[in-house]
Amino acid sequence: MKIDKNTINKIARLSRIKLDSKESEDYIKDLNSILDWVEQLNEINTDNVEPLTNISSSVLPKRDDISEDIHSSEEILKNAPEKIEGFFSVPKVVE
Amino acid sequence: MKSKSLKETIKSLEAKKISIKELNDEYIKNIKEKNNLNIFIHFDEQKIIDQVNKLEIDNSNKKLKGIPIAIKDLFCTKDMPTTAASKILENFNPTYESFVTQNLLDDGAVFVGKTNCDEFAMGSANNTSYFGNTINPLSNDDEPLAPGGSSGGSAAAVAADLCLGATGTDTGGSIRQPASFCGVVGIKPTYGLCSRWGITAFASSLDQAGVFTNNVEDASILLESISGFDSRDSTSANVNIPNYSKNLNSDISGKTVGIPNEYSIEGTPEEISQIWEDAIKYIESKGAKIKKISLPHTKYALPTYYIIAPAEASSNLARYDGVKYGFRADEINSLDEMYENTRGKGFGKEVKRRILIGTYVLSAGYYDAYYLKAQKVRKLIANDFNDAFKDCDFIVTPTAPSAAFPLSASQDDPIKMYLNDIFTVPASLAGLPGISIPFGKDKNNLPLGIQILGKHFDEQQVFNAAYCLEKSYE
Repeated sequence: MKIDKNTINKIARLSRIKLDSKESEDYIKDLNSILDWVEQLNEINTDNVEPLTNISSSVLPKRDDISEDIHSSEEILKNAPEKIEGFFSVPKVVE
Repeated sequence: MKSKSLKETIKSLEAKKISIKELNDEYIKNIKEKNNLNIFIHFDEQKIIDQVNKLEIDNSNKKLKGIPIAIKDLFCTKDMPTTAASKILENFNPTYESFVTQNLLDDGAVFVGKTNCDEFAMGSANNTSYFGNTINPLSNDDEPLAPGGSSGGSAAAVAADLCLGATGTDTGGSIRQPASFCGVVGIKPTYGLCSRWGITAFASSLDQAGVFTNNVEDASILLESISGFDSRDSTSANVNIPNYSKNLNSDISGKTVGIPNEYSIEGTPEEISQIWEDAIKYIESKGAKIKKISLPHTKYALPTYYIIAPAEASSNLARYDGVKYGFRADEINSLDEMYENTRGKGFGKEVKRRILIGTYVLSAGYYDAYYLKAQKVRKLIANDFNDAFKDCDFIVTPTAPSAAFPLSASQDDPIKMYLNDIFTVPASLAGLPGISIPFGKDKNNLPLGIQILGKHFDEQQVFNAAYCLEKSYE
């Protein structure tokens, strides 16, 4: 088994997702079966194969390094769950 | 009497046989009557009336002027909320318009509403939506069917006659499979043909916008509208967009059609094999040459996809943190607790499953074994298609391994659900254009679909072949 209770807790922590114990058990089962299934890729020899990272054959374009006025801070803050005086607001970080 | 053809409707509007208001009033009526199908996440009659009133006094020539279009709720729209069918974006009101929807607005389209889909486009049955399942309009009363997914609401909206066209997104089959399930036309163009700007990101190296319509010609008209270069998406292709609808030509004589051996999969229902054979025979009768081809890495496409797509999703969905927009959990004492509770409560089961898988395959010690390996196999899959297209002009396959299945057959086994995309995922990994058109029926009289795949940026050939095949039943 690749994923045990410790591993699922670690991945959940890295993902910043809180799981309850029932969810953890379900995901241990799901992830193990998915990882067993994708294991079949090891049947293929990929020793001299370049990874495909970008499907578009063209070179990624560069833009001129100039500032643009796209969104106002008011627009950016419009959907914030909490904001104070033009800033996003979050729980206290430093004691 | 209104037509189900977008092209015919444009003509009727131009000839003033029907007004924009009369046309859209009929669609508003249809949408209200079919409310039980749960096709729309957002529908506001007044917003449609407002758009219509503006267009009624607009004297400019716009090629989609007054045409009712439904928008998958993955596209950011300035005047309508955008949820990606997730609790975490339940109250999100974009302050900007996606590239695709802006193009449609510039062409005079009327947005009738935002359609239901799988949460963050992750699903094949529309059953992961926070807002409940869309019901396939072809269902009979005692057995509601799935519309397919993830763009199930958009496919259903066209099939139920609630619009004349709809937008969708396709990451591994999310346009083609629901098109097949709902008996409509759906095209996913070449990766990069339409800018991804303003589309809620799922797997950025695969995500591609496209359209649903009632026929091939309508699809060619709508695709012209939503395609084009955009500097705000670094993978947007700077290519000329042909006039697909004007160039549409059903003559495929002299063309070579590739039939991949590896798409004859054990366990495929007889009726799927049968329509595939019928389609090949019809195309041959129209003067095309049939050529057996091999795409040897086909069977590895699904496991490759289910490493790459979740990996990219885990990164893309990191932005939903309860700070900038969307849902924030209450009862929180620290910043980390805010992130963890917000994401734990805000995301649904399948989305969390994919974020966890993606995080695992990208994590230290596993990156090479899973993610890098999958990218290498992806290269081999893309090479298979490159080799095959040296010997053929387009490829014909079934779209999905079944007709629409009942909602009650909810698939708890994730791998079983992933198999729905078996015929659509390979072309997604290779970034190729693909269309699904209705072709034949199963024993329960439900539509089946044929998929036509083309070379990169050869949408015209894909449309032409589909146009030819469509004439077999029109």
